[in-house]
Amino acid sequence: MSFDVDVRKRIGDTDIACRIEPGEGLTVLFGPSGAGKTSVLNMVAGLVAPDAGHIRVGGETLFGGGVNLPPEGRNSGYVFQEPRLFPHMRVRANLLYGAGDATSLDSIDFLGIGHLLDRWPRTLSGGEARRVAIGRALLAAPRFLLLDEPLSSLDRARREEVMVVIERLRDEMKLPILMVTHDRAEADRLGSRIVEM
Amino acid sequence: MLLSLQVGGVAVLVTLPVAFGLAYLLARVRFPGKVLIDGIIHLPLVVPPVVTGWLLLIAFAPAGPIGAWLESWFGVSVLFRWTGAAIAAGVMALPLMVRAMRLSVEAVDRRLEAAASTLGAARARVFWTITLPLSLPGVLAGAVLGFARALGEFGATITFVSNVPGETETLPLAIYAALQQPGGEAMVLRLSAISVLLSLIALVASELLARRAGRGLHVL
Repeated sequence: MSFDVDVRKRIGDTDIACRIEPGEGLTVLFGPSGAGKTSVLNMVAGLVAPDAGHIRVGGETLFGGGVNLPPEGRNSGYVFQEPRLFPHMRVRANLLYGAGDATSLDSIDFLGIGHLLDRWPRTLSGGEARRVAIGRALLAAPRFLLLDEPLSSLDRARREEVMVVIERLRDEMKLPILMVTHDRAEADRLGSRIVEM
Repeated sequence: MLLSLQVGGVAVLVTLPVAFGLAYLLARVRFPGKVLIDGIIHLPLVVPPVVTGWLLLIAFAPAGPIGAWLESWFGVSVLFRWTGAAIAAGVMALPLMVRAMRLSVEAVDRRLEAAASTLGAARARVFWTITLPLSLPGVLAGAVLGFARALGEFGATITFVSNVPGETETLPLAIYAALQQPGGEAMVLRLSAISVLLSLIALVASELLARRAGRGLHVL
């Protein structure tokens, strides 16, 4: 299971081009703000259509050659830069939104959010909301993960917490991960390989 | 008074889905002629109500396009009936309801809908679980606003279905009739007081509903 991406897209005056060769583990998309890193994640998730190219994950074509699966058909686990928790649902309902009926919350015990289940999203701290967003993505049983600046706007202790979580996802759950960051240290620590944009 | 509530209530209930459909269309869909549709919806807000009532009369008259259809298929006529009064009230309330609902649909954060779709929700599920609940405060506020407007409807109603006591004589029409009678001031005072009270209750209810539905609606 790995990413095989080659996409081009023009947004306004900016040309976005990205090539990711197939490879195992966690792929870091690294580059300055405005390079179109988030747009690449949106294309892989199916929220934005590339002008040309292909997107394959684990051998399945998500885009290209006449194929363009809708976001709900791609089975991605997208953790956005902002948590995007549904404000009118409690944490439990948020977590279970993409999950099948029989899914148990036990599988995400390691996120340490068990005590938050009955809270409303607006009462969560930044780190808590981030971990709930990761949990929500994982419970949808994704085939791959897309992480957009998962460590930004967190203080040092929270960063460490979330970083450990990401390492577990990479090493124990063996999920292919595509992660966006503009922080070199993060990229070096977490990335199996780094794609510069 | 009960007749007024009945007319206003039915008018709003029937208009509600239409208003929400139009609001959603205007907020989300781009299509040619959108400005024109928008204008037509808002016409009752600016055209003299007498004109609206007269147009309804023509449309629903036994020989009119809608009237003839109703007559031949259902054997009913809405002229001089309370149902006609409800139609007039609904048409007059529509623009207000569409405005409030459109704003609330536009205010829904589309990034949340995108998040829902990446979690596997198809468009219909996104609509029912995200878009609709998040726009509910505006929908309720629009409905109550439309109800208040329907209660006060006068011009279009009296032109369209006339003033038939017990059938189309809603509060404003009754007040107008009482004003024409010598010694009717006491009646006018009573009916006006009821009218003000009903409107106030509707407005307060709208505010409370919107607040209740709005609790917890902060997007991180």
